[in-house]
Amino acid sequence: MTSKLDRTFAQLRQRGEKALIAYVMAGDPSLKETEQLVVALEQAGADIIELGVPFSDPIADGPVIQQAAERALRSGTSLRTIISMVTRLRARTQIPLVLMAYYNSIHAFGPERFCQEAAQAGIDGLIFPDMPPDEAGPLKGPAAAAGLPLIFLLAPTSTAERRTFVARQSQGFVYYVSLTGITGAKLVNLVDVGKNVEKIKKVTHVPVAVGFGVATPEDAAKVSAIADGVIVGSAIVKQIAAYQQKPEMVKHVAEFVRSLKAAMSAAQPKTR
Amino acid sequence: MSSVPNKQGRFGAYGGRYVPETLMPALLELEQEYARVKKDRGFQSELAYYLKHYVGRPTALYFAQRLTKRLGGAKIYLKREDLCHTGAHKINNAIGQGLLARRMKKPRIIAETGAGQHGVATATVAAMFGLQCEVYMGTDDMRRQALNVFRMRLLGSTVTGVDAGSRTLKDAISEAMRDWTTNIRTTHYILGSVLGAHPYPMMIRDFQSIIGREARRQILAAEGRLPDCLIACVGGGSNAIGLFHAFIRDKKVKMIGVEAGGLGVASGKHAARFSGGKPGVLQGTMTYLLQGDDGQVNLTHSVSAGLDYAAIGPEHSYLRDQGRAEYTSVTDDEAMAAFDLLAREEGIMPALESAHAIAHTMKVAPTMKKSQLLVVNLSGRGDKDVQQIANMRGITL
Repeated sequence: MTSKLDRTFAQLRQRGEKALIAYVMAGDPSLKETEQLVVALEQAGADIIELGVPFSDPIADGPVIQQAAERALRSGTSLRTIISMVTRLRARTQIPLVLMAYYNSIHAFGPERFCQEAAQAGIDGLIFPDMPPDEAGPLKGPAAAAGLPLIFLLAPTSTAERRTFVARQSQGFVYYVSLTGITGAKLVNLVDVGKNVEKIKKVTHVPVAVGFGVATPEDAAKVSAIADGVIVGSAIVKQIAAYQQKPEMVKHVAEFVRSLKAAMSAAQPKTR
Repeated sequence: MSSVPNKQGRFGAYGGRYVPETLMPALLELEQEYARVKKDRGFQSELAYYLKHYVGRPTALYFAQRLTKRLGGAKIYLKREDLCHTGAHKINNAIGQGLLARRMKKPRIIAETGAGQHGVATATVAAMFGLQCEVYMGTDDMRRQALNVFRMRLLGSTVTGVDAGSRTLKDAISEAMRDWTTNIRTTHYILGSVLGAHPYPMMIRDFQSIIGREARRQILAAEGRLPDCLIACVGGGSNAIGLFHAFIRDKKVKMIGVEAGGLGVASGKHAARFSGGKPGVLQGTMTYLLQGDDGQVNLTHSVSAGLDYAAIGPEHSYLRDQGRAEYTSVTDDEAMAAFDLLAREEGIMPALESAHAIAHTMKVAPTMKKSQLLVVNLSGRGDKDVQQIANMRGITL
């Protein structure tokens, strides 16, 4: 079964491009603005949008995304209101939307009902920073029934055994965490990232996207040379936070995303 | 009842390993290393050595004659974990994990702490083993437990304040998990209660189960029979599981865990997970959790920082489902009254955590026959709480 994520990566490959996956925290500063951001970021060159679901205790996130989650919760955001927003967005854009949620949000909603409603609203994949495939059993059936890819993460600490185990269960793409740490940390060793991406590609055919620590157009360009996709989170969320009170926030964040995509395109070898 | 957890770290429906992938290899390594040391005589005799000569075990099982007479029912025995070095049961686990960290050649250890007892125990073990130590603590708790913060610093540890969320134990655990995720290659995380991802709830239970093994032997020596009932307070639940574990197969021994009822369960300001919570995932484990309809974790309240946490150890959720243990709660006021009673009747000041177990004892003992036996875990001493109690009573020291 091919998913929308599969088709997106295939189209990009044909065009000689890499995927720019832009993360925004849903509801930061409000869902209305998230809706505007998704549309604007697509126009600015984002290929996939990752929507963060705010959680009170985000153990995998650094201060930038923790604070975004607090803002989103203060604005009254819940999984239910995020699903409704996606339904509204689908009248305006078909860009692939992937949810990144801590598992308790889905557990509380009910995994089965959640998968049905998420797929129906137009969500295209799920990422859980606190749920390795080892614990995904109860979600696999409902996700498969709804046609929702489950995207799993690999890290620099992953052993060869886990690399194979995790990569082979990941659908849509494999999320490679570039550094040993939390979101928003500083990217240091791109040589190792490249080597690890190669190792993952030997055990799976699904694309590999790299995230955590990609902060600048230069970072994005370098990562796009070694992976199929580049995930930018904290750097975008920082821009949203800096401009949250101002009317030009959406335009400003879109400009930043445009600069990321431009740097990535410039870094790709020219097709003859 | 079969032995738990299973290979996936499950206690029935509870437990597991809900963590970022970055931590998975370290948890698997810890699980393997722990399985090895469990059977390793060298490790076990080293552990026994430190528990005897450094911690001061076995701790006494003390017959509280005046308290028994005052309550007029069952014979009450107190398991005196307050007499352990550093003043609480927490050191049983800190010593075990400290030895394990040394064996895994991790030069640095980290810990979270709420009341500060686990932080002090870890800082103590770090000093004794020559390990670098950083303790995370919510800034609200640092204010409430300033004395323990200073104790940790005197012992050579770094205490790092956590200013996120509720600024209490839960946030300190999240920050310790983030540190561990970042420094996993050099660092061992000494979690302080039967919480978190597998193998922590199992390993910490095992390190604490010496409490119940001793108590079982001691009550048999004193009375020639097993007790009718065990009572312990439950935050994460390490002192409770430590007492209960050796008695689980003794079906006639009733086991009661006492949660923090705070200002009363109806007020919403409490930490009684079994009264107001439902199963969910927090900080690595599936268990009973105080949460809203959409899965956001609720803020908790208790006079006792050590019980002020939104989740309960997964094995307690299992024991409750199985009907093997029962759980109840007492309020802040009831715990305070129990503190006074024990201080005045027995000359023992309990930690405010342990005062919850005494408070429930005050309700249960009078309903039992004089021939019946009750063992209460006095998990820690109250010296750390003296300042707070004075403040609450408007007394400046």
